[in-house]
Amino acid sequence: MPNSRKPVFLIAVLLTLLTVSPAFTGEPDPQEFTQIEHGRYLATAADCISCHTIPGSKPFAGGRAIETPFGNIISANLTPDLDTGIGAWSDEAFDAAVRKGIGRHGGFLYPAMPYTAYAKLSRDDVLAIRAYLGSIEPVRNNVPPTSLPFPFNIRSGMRLWNALYFDRSEFKHDPSKSAEWNRGAYLVDGPAHCGACHTAKTFLGGDKTDQYLQGSYLQGWYAPNITNDKRLGLGNWTVEDIDAYLKTGHNRITAATGPMAEAVSLSTSHMTNKDTKAIATYLKSLPGKTESVAPLPKNSATMVAGGAIYRDQCSACHGLDGRGVANLFPAIADASGARSNDPTTSIRIVLRGARSVATAREPTSPGMPSYSWQLDDTQVADVLNYIRNSWGGAASPVEAKDVSHVRSDTAARGD
Amino acid sequence: MPRRLPKKDVVIIGFGWTGAIMANELTDEGLDVIAIERGPWRDAPTDFPPTYMQDELRYRVRHELFLRPDQLTFTFRNMMSQTALPIRSWGAFMPPNGVGGGGTHWNAEMWRFLPSDFVLRTHLTERYGASFLPADMTIQDWGITYDELEPHYDRFEYLCGTSGQAGNLKGKILEGGNPFEGPRSRPYPTPPQAQPFSHTLFGKAAQELGYKPFPQPSGNLSQAYTNPLGLRLGPCTYCGFCEWFGCSNYSKASPQTTLIPYLIRKANFTARDNSEVIRINLDRSGTRATGVTFVDTSGEEWEQQADLVILSAFALFNVQLLLHSGIGKPYDPVANTGVVGRNYTHQTISTVNGFFDNRKFNFNPFIGSGSIGMCIDEFNGDNFDHGPHGFVGGGYMGQVQTGGRPIESTLVPPGTPKWGADWKKAVKDNYLSTVKPGTGVHGSFYSYRDVYLDLDPTYTDRFGRPLMRITMDLKENEIKQNKFLTDKFAEIIKAMGAEKLAVQYRKGPYDITTYQTTHVNGGAVMGTDPNTSALNRYLQSWDVPNLFVLGATAFPQNPGYNPTLTVGALAYWAAAAIRGKYLKNPGRLVDA
Repeated sequence: MPNSRKPVFLIAVLLTLLTVSPAFTGEPDPQEFTQIEHGRYLATAADCISCHTIPGSKPFAGGRAIETPFGNIISANLTPDLDTGIGAWSDEAFDAAVRKGIGRHGGFLYPAMPYTAYAKLSRDDVLAIRAYLGSIEPVRNNVPPTSLPFPFNIRSGMRLWNALYFDRSEFKHDPSKSAEWNRGAYLVDGPAHCGACHTAKTFLGGDKTDQYLQGSYLQGWYAPNITNDKRLGLGNWTVEDIDAYLKTGHNRITAATGPMAEAVSLSTSHMTNKDTKAIATYLKSLPGKTESVAPLPKNSATMVAGGAIYRDQCSACHGLDGRGVANLFPAIADASGARSNDPTTSIRIVLRGARSVATAREPTSPGMPSYSWQLDDTQVADVLNYIRNSWGGAASPVEAKDVSHVRSDTAARGD
Repeated sequence: MPRRLPKKDVVIIGFGWTGAIMANELTDEGLDVIAIERGPWRDAPTDFPPTYMQDELRYRVRHELFLRPDQLTFTFRNMMSQTALPIRSWGAFMPPNGVGGGGTHWNAEMWRFLPSDFVLRTHLTERYGASFLPADMTIQDWGITYDELEPHYDRFEYLCGTSGQAGNLKGKILEGGNPFEGPRSRPYPTPPQAQPFSHTLFGKAAQELGYKPFPQPSGNLSQAYTNPLGLRLGPCTYCGFCEWFGCSNYSKASPQTTLIPYLIRKANFTARDNSEVIRINLDRSGTRATGVTFVDTSGEEWEQQADLVILSAFALFNVQLLLHSGIGKPYDPVANTGVVGRNYTHQTISTVNGFFDNRKFNFNPFIGSGSIGMCIDEFNGDNFDHGPHGFVGGGYMGQVQTGGRPIESTLVPPGTPKWGADWKKAVKDNYLSTVKPGTGVHGSFYSYRDVYLDLDPTYTDRFGRPLMRITMDLKENEIKQNKFLTDKFAEIIKAMGAEKLAVQYRKGPYDITTYQTTHVNGGAVMGTDPNTSALNRYLQSWDVPNLFVLGATAFPQNPGYNPTLTVGALAYWAAAAIRGKYLKNPGRLVDA
């Protein structure tokens, strides 16, 4: 019974390989795996599949709505389908879309497609991604066009936007830094496009370059500071902590949830150990911007109430000392993300709960329950003030109105 | 005609402990496996959150995690001369339902059986002579030895992260553990749980009386643990909500915490919940299972074909499905023929509650865990000479108080009014100073010719099938055993310093309405002779060799321990036989 299936499977694979015919002009030799594999790896590092797949449907078939402050943007079908995918695109058109933000017919793309980051890739990188996408199953899926409200529907406005915010230069190797650092910088700024979530945006959606990777609000979450900032960023994380987080979604301090859970699940957990290490090395080299904040006084009403709530509701898992259990219950005493100036994510997790990511190396996927029905806005603010200002930590106060805002903002959102 | 699903290599009926263990083993073998579960999906963080899991009314009183009798029940009678009636509210035991099965709501007491338990009839006959056993007692050897099962005990203990103190490490007796246990190849993976005040007091009193107390082996963990599959468990918080509840802190070993998150990532595993298997289908020869028929929640019938069928539901449901599928010869106690329904057993439970001076003793009873406890094993199995006492069997005993949950912990001394101001005052006066060992005396229940399962002639279920009938009574041997053990236990509670004792012997007739444990066993037992066992020593059906039946169904009689560790070890044992022997040459693993 078990032995009979494997040969059949192998034969099926061989037949598939032998009978695949070029679906569009310019497709590389289907026997040439090196370029396809290079492209597959880059597409994984770039997490293309995340935005370009409706969860649960055919991979890369597009149609997923990407929320932006300007309205939803619908992702394109990246499969090699001739009519509805990119099968009929020229290499030139594909490269222009990925690295220049120019659509197939010359129109401008919105930067929800992070061409601003992908500009760091080389043309060879981009063509490798195209070779990989040419090897996947074509799916006929006519994606509806994006229609943003006025004035954002005037795509030519992107010409001005690009002039303001788009640095078209390819990644430049810095000879004064190690090869590992350079690889990390390339991945972070290029394919992995970390800044898309972790760098704050101007009112027009361009990067605030002086706040590079220092955290940003998006889609009902606050993506935390990932510079080496001690209080707010990764200053207390070792390279190994960052590496473990990217590879497994969990480490001794915290766990990936929300959009980062998806990024770990689909992208970073599939990177090579060398690359996750390189990213860690690069992030640890970013100084961030350390502001000192005084902790709330221990005897203030909010800290006293928060401490009592913490003891009753939180300490069973996270421990009275805030140290939790490594890789199971986050050590919120050390989790700098809990002390972000923008407390959106912390509030959201207390209100709605959160499920951590499951990966091959950390399959447990522990979850945090929702407290929205049990704690009112003031109580949530109190317990967060306690968490943010205990065990040597300090952070700006959370107020009931902040909680109320997140409660209503997340009411209609999925998990 | 039922709708037919694509054929699988293996279909597993019931997705609790044994189903999950077998699914993991057989998917490792590369087989395409589907598990079909009658109840809902249950997942640790979403279904047992710490925000509301400690709800005694919902889970304990209203049976949230259990099967509803109107879905399926049994009829019951004490004696063959009586007419059985349907059980309309669960009492003596609690049939589980849903993913995780009994492994969701259990207390996680992780006992190994004694080496002599596996060769019981041979052992007792050699020591006391055949005439020492009651004539109608049908105990028998298991067809497997402790030494054969030891690696599988070890495997299940390490899957769960079991907390305990070894008493016998490779033959060397260790201080602080159970000196009567069989030799174990490794120490427990984690140290014993901490013991609260009343438990340590019991240990001290027992020691002073000359016994060798030890902490009960526990699947509620003393410390964080990562199991061999990479799944993480957290340290127990001693909240005291284990039995009847799912664990909200990842501290209790259950399929959800030790297996399922790993298993569901495998591409060759599928699970279907809310789907009730109503029949195992056979080919025309009646000697080969072709798969199962199940019904979904809209009443639609489906057929799932498979080469190998694993029956791993709760013990009673295993027997019922065999009877409904016409597999194995039904047991007839009059003719003393047949095997399916034979040797059904439970557990002989009693306790002694101790009331202490509340000015001197504050036990903080709400600090607990399902498998906390200080125990002694001097009176289990054949650890003592039964010659002078005129009975066989025994059990462990101990202070195993698992918490102080308010609804069921309103104990008052004998003589207190049953309601009103005096009752309230007595509850208040005694709550903190009462020792209440739930299953203080955990005795064996041996098998008898007229204690059995068969199909009821009158009552039918919602599919029109006959209900299964339980015929069960407490026999003189078990009543004597319980009297002897309970008296010994009372001496220890007294020695702890109790002012008043409430001694509650287990007496006949067997009572189906009061909870005793969920350790119901047998009905399709394992053994060496197809005339007295439904399964061979590998838990393979004698009659249908591509069917394996897992669980306590296979116990020929029930020793004086909680069954789950042995149930899990037997599942690993059967899986090893399938992987190592059956798949290479599908067919009978033992010649009849």
